[in-house]
Amino acid sequence: EWTQEPVSTGTTIMAVEFDGGVVIGADSRTTTGSYVANRVTDKLTQVHDRIFCCRSGSAADTQAVADAVAYQLAFHSVELEEPPRVRTAARLFQQSCYRYREELSAGVIVAGWDPRRGGQVYVVPLGGLLLRQPFAVGGSGSSYLYGFLDSAFRPGMDQEQCFCFVGQ
Amino acid sequence: MELWEARAPPPFWAEGPAPGQSYCPGGVGTASALRPLTRTLTPMVTGTSVLGVKFNGGVIVAADTMGSYGSLARFRGISRLLKVNDSTMLGASGDYADFQYLKQVIDQMVIDEELLGDGHSYSPKAIHSWLTRVMYNRRSKINPLWNAVVIGGFYNGQSFLGYVDMLGVAYEAPTVATGYGAYLAQPLMREVLEKKPSLTQEEAQDLIERCMRILYYRDARSFNRYEIAIATEKGVEVQGPLTLEANWDIAHLV
Repeated sequence: EWTQEPVSTGTTIMAVEFDGGVVIGADSRTTTGSYVANRVTDKLTQVHDRIFCCRSGSAADTQAVADAVAYQLAFHSVELEEPPRVRTAARLFQQSCYRYREELSAGVIVAGWDPRRGGQVYVVPLGGLLLRQPFAVGGSGSSYLYGFLDSAFRPGMDQEQCFCFVGQ
Repeated sequence: MELWEARAPPPFWAEGPAPGQSYCPGGVGTASALRPLTRTLTPMVTGTSVLGVKFNGGVIVAADTMGSYGSLARFRGISRLLKVNDSTMLGASGDYADFQYLKQVIDQMVIDEELLGDGHSYSPKAIHSWLTRVMYNRRSKINPLWNAVVIGGFYNGQSFLGYVDMLGVAYEAPTVATGYGAYLAQPLMREVLEKKPSLTQEEAQDLIERCMRILYYRDARSFNRYEIAIATEKGVEVQGPLTLEANWDIAHLV
């Protein structure tokens, strides 16, 4: 059975924006079925100098899409001659995730900083919609967080507070 | 002895089945494995009911501001209403990613039309008719946009209110509702309109609020914040989010 199970990141990922940037966090476990295939996974993947994505869902799907987006962003930023916008990165993720929504199992949080709009967090869940949020959580472990987050999150936290918030 | 070379009979048509073979349209097969399967077979993040009602001098369309992820109330501040232009608005229930796609397409259409600079803009009836064709053709390719859309507007002195869904079912009526609204709110709206076919804007807004409150009570995937879009000869205005107060007085009777 475990050979049939896709390698999945049974995950908790989150990102919070603050004035000046974003704080992102993720757990480090990858599973095939109930076996922990990798206990030191890095689910926070850099797609550009100041743009990261938090990956949840199928490890293969998210890695493939993230690689493609990183390539597109690198190309785009050379053409633009300036760092790409976080929204652009998020939009690129969304285009792949929406077009191939029936084949992919990928929930992604795109977070980063650009000179235009500062720290931003965009969520691209299963289904491929794109939404900007002050903070976002994702992955199968995120269900346990909704209650805590609804009570603990306050808009306008600074970097230190965000760091503690994500750590909690 | 001669070896009889058994040749398989040719398929009925290119990429089709041979006699005795099973056929999967759209290819879970070798030939068409390279084309992406771009079907929305399961909606993911969904919006619940959308209501629409005509009044004397315009139309109101209302939808709550929630995107549900199954039974999880995941996104509680999203807008499911779209202002197309100064005479048309639409609200969508169903898959939110498909609604965002639709929004992109419609926004681009509106921009392209403005570029023509001929003073014409899309009428609500035109958008309704176009959307019906789009939805029906998508469903005919077994690749639907998983939405039920309410289109409202005021054009040339006349109110318009229409409905299109993922099967391409489309109609116009003085009141429309999608999802749970069709069961809970539609009878209420029809009753009010039967007694008084021509409502004022205030009365229509009160009716919408009453219906949204009942939907909040009874629809497990609804939310108590909603937006309304009002189309009159002055244009289209999206108001909100408005909050519903729930009344639990009857609880003491139980």
